[in-house]
Amino acid sequence: MPGFFSPFITKPVSVSQIMLNVMLALIPGIAIYVWYFGPAILISLTLASLTALSVEALMLKIQNKPIAPFLKDNTALLTAWLLALSIPPLAPWWLVVVGTAFAISISKHLYGGLGNNPFNPAMIGYAVLIISFPVHMTHWLSPNGLGAISLSFMDQLNYIFQGTLPAGVKLDAITMATPLDTLKTQLHLNGQVKEILDMPIYGRLAGHGSEWVAAGFLLGGIYLIAKRIISWHLPVAYLTTLFIIAGIFHLIDPTHYVTPMFHLFSGAAMIGAFFILTDPVTSPTTPKGKWLFAFGAGLLTYLIRTFGGFPDGMAFATLLMNICVPLIDAYTQPKVFGKKEKRS
Amino acid sequence: MRKLHQFHGGIHPPTNKAQSNQTPIVQANLPSKLTIPLHQHVGNSAVPAVEIGQHVLKGQLIGCAEGNLSSSVHASTSGMIAAIDKQLVANSSGLPELCITLIPDGRDEWIELDPCLDWLECTHSELRLKLRKAGVVGLGGAVFPSDMKLHASQQKIKTLVLNGAECEPYITCDDLLMRERAAEILEGAQIMRALLSTEEILIGIEDNKPEAISAMRAAVLEGKYQGIEVIAVPTVYPGGGAKQLIRVLTGIEVAAGVRSTNLGVQCFNVGTAYSTWRAIRFGEPLISRIVTVTGNVSHPQNFEVLIGTPMDELVAHAAPLNGTRYYIMGGPMMGVPMPSMQVGVIKATNCIIAASKEIFPPAQPALPCIRCTRCADACPAELQPQELYWFAKAKNFDKAEDYHLFDCIECGACSYVCPSNIPLVQYYRFAKSEIWAQEANQKAADTARERHEFRESRIEREKREKAEKLAAKEKAASAAKTQRTEQPPTLVKTDVNPEDTLQLKIQTAIDHAKEQAAAIKPLNTEQLTPAQQAQIDEIEAQRARIREMALAPVADHTKG
Amino acid sequence: MLSALLAMSGIAIALGAVLGFAAIKFRVEGNPLVDKIDAVLPQTQCGQCGFPGCKPYATAIAEGEADINKCPPGGEEGIQKLANLLGVDFKPFGGESIPKPKAVALIDESNCIGCTLCIQACPVDAIVGAAKQMHTIIAAECTGCELCVPPCPVDCITMQAIEESAANWKWKYPVYALTASK
Ligand code: SF4
Ligand code: SF4
Repeated sequence: MPGFFSPFITKPVSVSQIMLNVMLALIPGIAIYVWYFGPAILISLTLASLTALSVEALMLKIQNKPIAPFLKDNTALLTAWLLALSIPPLAPWWLVVVGTAFAISISKHLYGGLGNNPFNPAMIGYAVLIISFPVHMTHWLSPNGLGAISLSFMDQLNYIFQGTLPAGVKLDAITMATPLDTLKTQLHLNGQVKEILDMPIYGRLAGHGSEWVAAGFLLGGIYLIAKRIISWHLPVAYLTTLFIIAGIFHLIDPTHYVTPMFHLFSGAAMIGAFFILTDPVTSPTTPKGKWLFAFGAGLLTYLIRTFGGFPDGMAFATLLMNICVPLIDAYTQPKVFGKKEKRS
Repeated sequence: MRKLHQFHGGIHPPTNKAQSNQTPIVQANLPSKLTIPLHQHVGNSAVPAVEIGQHVLKGQLIGCAEGNLSSSVHASTSGMIAAIDKQLVANSSGLPELCITLIPDGRDEWIELDPCLDWLECTHSELRLKLRKAGVVGLGGAVFPSDMKLHASQQKIKTLVLNGAECEPYITCDDLLMRERAAEILEGAQIMRALLSTEEILIGIEDNKPEAISAMRAAVLEGKYQGIEVIAVPTVYPGGGAKQLIRVLTGIEVAAGVRSTNLGVQCFNVGTAYSTWRAIRFGEPLISRIVTVTGNVSHPQNFEVLIGTPMDELVAHAAPLNGTRYYIMGGPMMGVPMPSMQVGVIKATNCIIAASKEIFPPAQPALPCIRCTRCADACPAELQPQELYWFAKAKNFDKAEDYHLFDCIECGACSYVCPSNIPLVQYYRFAKSEIWAQEANQKAADTARERHEFRESRIEREKREKAEKLAAKEKAASAAKTQRTEQPPTLVKTDVNPEDTLQLKIQTAIDHAKEQAAAIKPLNTEQLTPAQQAQIDEIEAQRARIREMALAPVADHTKG
Repeated sequence: MLSALLAMSGIAIALGAVLGFAAIKFRVEGNPLVDKIDAVLPQTQCGQCGFPGCKPYATAIAEGEADINKCPPGGEEGIQKLANLLGVDFKPFGGESIPKPKAVALIDESNCIGCTLCIQACPVDAIVGAAKQMHTIIAAECTGCELCVPPCPVDCITMQAIEESAANWKWKYPVYALTASK
C-alpha cells in the first residue's frame, strides 16, 4: 500500500487546537481588561483578527500555498490577539491594522511562514509600532473611575475610527501613561518609589486595574500548564529571574527600585511569560535552552525597564532572545539514550 | 520488590487489546497453499534445498541457511513443492522475493524428528546447532537468528531479560502465549540461561496483562525455578522495545551500535523462548507461530498459524467485515502495510490488523513543524526529532547523523504526538536508507579505486619487466653478433605488428567458434576417456564457481 | 593623520608577515585537492568525462582545465558534491553527458571465444578468464564503465541495469501534499 506508513494512528491533537486553547486561556485576562478599561479592547481585538486573517490569506495566495489548512491553524489569530493586547485600546484603527499586517506579512510570511519565523510576529508588530508611532502607543485608557471622564462604547468607537471625541473632552482627560511609564518618568523627576506608588493609578501590587489583568493572564497560564499545552519551564524560569533580579535591586535601594511583585504584575510580564515567550516557533527546543532563554529574557526585561529608554522591556527582551535561539539550541543539545556517560 | 527504572518519554495510545485476548489460541486450518519466503530473518537469504515437484514432509528442510548470519526454512506441512519463484512477501519494500510455494497434501505428516529428552546432556554447541537447524529466530519482530545471540561473551552476562511487555496496541499474541504456555516458555528460558550462563532471568510484562503475569508467576512457583522473576512493568509505549525494557528492568542503557551483552544483558522475546524449547526438546523446527488477527473483523482472536499461510485465508477465520482496505503486519505504531492480502505469514508476523478507514483514518495533511517539542518529550531515545526532521527533509544527512539519527528506534512516538501531523519516522527511514546507500556506494568506489590503482601499478610493472627482458635479450644478441660478425644474418626479421597477429588469432578463433556453432554436436563428447571426462568436470565446476562469484550480490545491507 | 597612516600600514605589514609565515609553516605537500576531488568521483574509471580515468579528471578539475559536470556516473548528486567541495555553482549536465541508470556488464558465456580483449579493457580487473577460456564478470566488482563492451569481437557483452530489489530498495522521500485530505 504505497502512501501508508506506520504509525497508523496519531494523537488527536492539532496545531489549531493548541492555538485555540491558548486563545481561550487569554479570555480571563481580556474579561478583566474590559471590566477595568471598557470595551474598546474588544474593538481592537476584532480589527486585528480580521486584518490577520485577510493578510494571511493574501500572503498564502501570493506564495501559492494552500489557504484553508493554514487559515484554520489559528496561529494568525493568536498573533493578532497578542498584538492587540499590547497596543493601547484607544489607538486609532489604522495603528492596529498596520501593526497586524506587518506582523503577519513581513515577520511571518517573508521568513517562510508558519514554523520558520525567527522572531515572534506579535512582538515585531509591537516593536515596529512603538518605534514608528511612539505618541499613539502611549495613550492608554485610564481605568474606570480614575480618569476625569469615561467614554461610552459609542464614543470609543467614534474615536478609534474617526479620531473625534465628544465635544469638550480632551484626550488627556481619558488617557494616561502606563504604570511602568509613570514610574519611570517620576523616578526621573527624582521622585521616590514610595511616594510614586501612592499615586492613584497604582493599586495593591502594581497598576490599578492592570495588576488584575495580569492576574487574569496568570490564571490562563496556569490553565495552559495544567492542560500541558505549554511546559512550565519557560514561564517559571522567566518570572523567577525577573523576581530575583528585581528583588536584589529592591533590597539594595528600595527608594529607587520597586518591589519584585510590581515587576511581575505590571506591563507585559505575565502575558509575556505564559503567552509570548512560550511561542514554540521562536523559543528554544532543548530543555537547557529553555532555561537559558527564559533567564536571558527576564534579565533583559528588567534591564530595559529600569535603565532603558522604553517603558516596558518585554517585547525587546523577547526579540533579542529570539535572535539567540538557533545558537542556544545548537549548544544545548541533550545527550541521547545510552550516551550520557562513558561507562568503564 | 525490585526497583524499576524509567525511560524518557513514551506515549499512551489506546491499547485496543481487549478485543482479541478474550478467547484462547485457536489452531488455524490447513490453508490451500503455503507461500514460504526464503528470506524471513536478518542476514543472508536461505538457499532452496528442494526442487519443484518434490514431495516434502512437515518439518523438512526446504531452505538452507547460507553463511553465518542466516537461518533455515522448513516445510510447514507435508505436500508438494509447486513453485520456487519470486512472489510478493510480507516486507516493507513491497518488492517480490524468492519464495517456495507448497501445496499441502492434507496428511500433515511429520518428518522424523530428533527429540532431546534431557538437554542438559547436550553440549552448548550442540544446542546452538539444533537451534540453527530448527530455524529459530527472534519472534519479537527483529527475526535475528537466535543461535547467534546465544553465545556467551567474554563479558559476564548477568541478566537475561525475557520480553513479554508487548507494548504495541492491538497485539495480544505474547499475552495469550504466556497465559497458555507459561511452563514451556520458562523451560526455553532455562536453556537460554544455560547457553549464556546468566545468573538471573527477568521477565518483564506490562501491567495491563494481569492474567499473563499471574500465569507466569504460577509457573515459576510450580517449576520451583530459582532466579527467575516475573516483573510487572508500567504500561507505556514503547516499553516493550528491547532497549527500553532493559532500561526499565536493570537501569542499563544500551546505546545504538552497542551490544547489550557487552553491558551484561541479553534480551529475548517470550515467543522465542517457547520456540527454543520446542526446537530442543522435540526437535521441532519453527514452522508455526501465534498470530493475533484483529482490526476490521468480527471475531478478533489469536491463532496458531503455519508459516506461509496466506494472510487472507487466515483472516477469513476471524469473520472479516467489509471495508478492509489493506492489512498491517504488526501493530499500528511500527507495523508494515502489506503489499497484497495474499502474502504468506512469516516468522515475524505477530499480528495482522485488517485496516479500514474507520479504524485508521487517512492521515491529515501535514503542516510545517512548529517546534513545539512534543516529539522530543515523547522520544524514548531522548532525541530531538524536530531537528532530525529538519535535516532529513533538507537531505542534510551528515547533520542528521550528528544529531544521532541512528539512535532512533523508529518507534513512531514522535509522529504520534506531532500536532502538525508530520510523518516524522518516514523521514528518518528515508534518511537512514539514503545514508546506507551512500555508504555502500562509497565502499564500492573505494574498492574500485584500489583495484584500478593496483591494475595500473601491475601494468607499469609488467611493462618494466618486459623492457628489462628486452634489454637483456638485446645485450645478449649484440654480444653474439660481435662473435659472428663475419657470418651474414641467416634470418631476416620480419616486421610483424603484434596487434596484427592478435587480430589474426582472434579471427581464427571467431571462425573456429562459428564452425563449432554450425556443427550440430560441437563437443566430441562420445569417445571420452575417464581422465578427459574428469578434466571436463573439473573445468565445469570451476566455471560454476566463477559464475557464482559473478552473481554475488553487489552490496549487503547487514546494517539494516 | 600621519600617525594613523603609519599605524595602518604597520598593521598591514604585520598581518602580511603572519600570513606569509603561516603559508610556509602550514604548507601541505602534494596536491590534496586532487585527492579530495578523486574521493568524490565514483571511480567507475569509464572515461566518459574525456579523461582516461577518475584521477586524471580530478587532476584536470583541480587545475581548472575541466568542468565539474562531465561525470555522468556521479549523477547530479556528484556535481553537487563537487560544487560544494570547490565552492562553485552547481552546473547541470551538458549535451552528451547524461547519466544512465546503474548497470553491470554481463558476458554471454555461450558466445565468448576467450580472446581476453575485455580483460585488458577492464579498468578494475573485474573480469576473470584466460586465453581460449570462457570469461565472466564479477558483478560485485564491476563499476559499469562499459569499457569492455566495444573491444569484444563477438559482441557478447551487454550492460544489464541493476534493478530495484528487496535487497537494495530504499525508503522514498515522503511526499505528502498539504491539501491531500480526501
Ligand atoms: S511534534 Fe511535530 S510540530 Fe512539534 S516539534 Fe515535533 S515535529 Fe515539530
Ligand atoms: S521514532 Fe525515533 S525519533 Fe521518533 S520517538 Fe521514536 S526513537 Fe524518537
